[in-house]
Amino acid sequence: MSIGDLLRFALQAAAGSPLRTGLMALAMAIGVAAVVVLTALGDGARRYVVNEFNALGSNLVIVLPGRTETGGIGIGNLSASTTRDLTLRDAAALLRADGVVRVAPLVVGDAEVSSGGRLRSSYVVGTTADFARLRRLELAQGRFLPNEGLERAGSWAVIGATIREELFGPRPALGARLRIGDRRFRVIGVLASSGQGLGMNTDELVLVPAASAQAMFDTNTLFRILVEARDRDALARVKSQVANILTARHDGERDVTLLTQDAVVGTFDRILAALTLAVAGIAAISLAVAGILVMNVMLVSVTQRTGEIGLLKALGAAPMVIRRAFLAEAAMLSLAGAAIGECLGFAGAAVLRATFPDLPAYPPSWAVIAGLATALATGMGFGTLPARRAARLDPVQALARGL
Amino acid sequence: MGQIELRAVDRIFRIGDTRVHALKAISLSIEAGEYLTVMGPSGSGKSTLLNILGLLDRPDHGEYLLEGREVGTLPPDQQAGVRSRRIGFVFQSFHLVPRLSAADNIALPMMLAGVPARERRRRVAAALAGVGLEDRADHRPQQLSGGQRQRVAIARATIMQPALLLADEPTGNLDRATGAEVTQLLEALNHGGTTLIVVTHDPVMGERARRRLLLDDGGLADDRRR
Repeated sequence: MSIGDLLRFALQAAAGSPLRTGLMALAMAIGVAAVVVLTALGDGARRYVVNEFNALGSNLVIVLPGRTETGGIGIGNLSASTTRDLTLRDAAALLRADGVVRVAPLVVGDAEVSSGGRLRSSYVVGTTADFARLRRLELAQGRFLPNEGLERAGSWAVIGATIREELFGPRPALGARLRIGDRRFRVIGVLASSGQGLGMNTDELVLVPAASAQAMFDTNTLFRILVEARDRDALARVKSQVANILTARHDGERDVTLLTQDAVVGTFDRILAALTLAVAGIAAISLAVAGILVMNVMLVSVTQRTGEIGLLKALGAAPMVIRRAFLAEAAMLSLAGAAIGECLGFAGAAVLRATFPDLPAYPPSWAVIAGLATALATGMGFGTLPARRAARLDPVQALARGL
Repeated sequence: MGQIELRAVDRIFRIGDTRVHALKAISLSIEAGEYLTVMGPSGSGKSTLLNILGLLDRPDHGEYLLEGREVGTLPPDQQAGVRSRRIGFVFQSFHLVPRLSAADNIALPMMLAGVPARERRRRVAAALAGVGLEDRADHRPQQLSGGQRQRVAIARATIMQPALLLADEPTGNLDRATGAEVTQLLEALNHGGTTLIVVTHDPVMGERARRRLLLDDGGLADDRRR
């Protein structure tokens, strides 16, 4: 029996009992739709996180003081080495590296912030003008810290939206005086409300020039230096140059740790991809359930079509031909159900995206293909038993059943 | 040696603890082109004999040689091949596939045997003409009368040009007039050289054959030639 005839025969048999066919296709459709929607959800979450990280600035090299080795304990780690602090001069030196567009030093501390009798405690970040562009900060009012050189301790402050609300309420904040710790500042800008994002919540920050913050916290060290490369391709070169410059400045000792956003994003990417896979696995269980339904419906079909199977045997169909005919039917119905399921799944993902516009819930292509393949495999796998049963029927008894 | 040789064929069914000896030591030789009827009371083994001749059932003992070849003990797929090419069946209740048209029902054995579609169409058209149903090719079985259905079934049984045509009560579900037409059609095929074996209850039909077997309680009670 040729393949074309086999498929046509199976198609006619499937069309001959619409209810049975519909049930099987529906079961498969639901299973595949579940896989598509859930992987869309998982992958959407992954993309959301990756996008959020990229919004922080994807070409960043973050410089931390001190060396942290990931790679176990070696002699190098145990040997005593004095860690030199990062200074504003280090930050200034990094600006000279090729491929570096911006450098923002960070001094971070906790201080009491007060204005007009209202007082609260807040994170205070000392940095420079470049920080705003580096972190893609947007201003609601006024302007950001002026570009006045790394070591000038100006008395300017830029405040987050929540700080403005709590300290000033309806009063105008721009130009107002602000007391931070024991120093006085003038508010020159208010950050736009950023809502919830990953990383620092800028709504509750007070930003002042780096040198001012150092004076306030009585230190001359930096918490971090953020270095922005010209583009992603320049990242590796910038990273090695930063390392070389700082090593040279620190008496030939490499006592800083360099992180790139890529590494952090990559970790989240991997975690969420694994999560998506797990969710897909759970959804695949519904495909297994669908497979069992396929088996049941096919067994009913074999019983209903016993007479026909007997006839086919009498007309010269070898057991293998009958087995193939039933398998072809199972495969065809599984594929049809899977195709419907893909459509349902894509529709479901579209509904998800419409409901949660922030979530890029697109089904990943691997899941679309895997859904189809699993449906086909399950359908044929669970179709095997009924097909074998059909092939083994005793023709005399089968014929006695009539058609 | 005849086209069909049965030698001491036994068929025993076990129903629960009881053993039913459906065929007892049947030995039979049938020449190519013969016309036989098989008669006997219910339960005498007529259908079992027909099933064994049609390779739908296997003898428990004895030999079945078809065209000089032992076929009773062949593996199922080889038996299927013999059924496909050498044996045609006509059933009392027609056994047409309800969802297939008359033409597709007739083409079914060729499709199973892998005959190309073009060749199938040509032979189906000829077969439909041969049974006088050219204008019913696209009708489903339920749109046909009983006599027409049996003629479609006969066209299907002979489409592979078998050497042996087995009919189990072919007129049992038909009125006398259409039954006579179907009988004539079968006999015409026999005149064309096909061996025809008919199991029947109908004494009139039984008397038409040149050779008449009478089975009783699984044994061959009578074998008369005219």
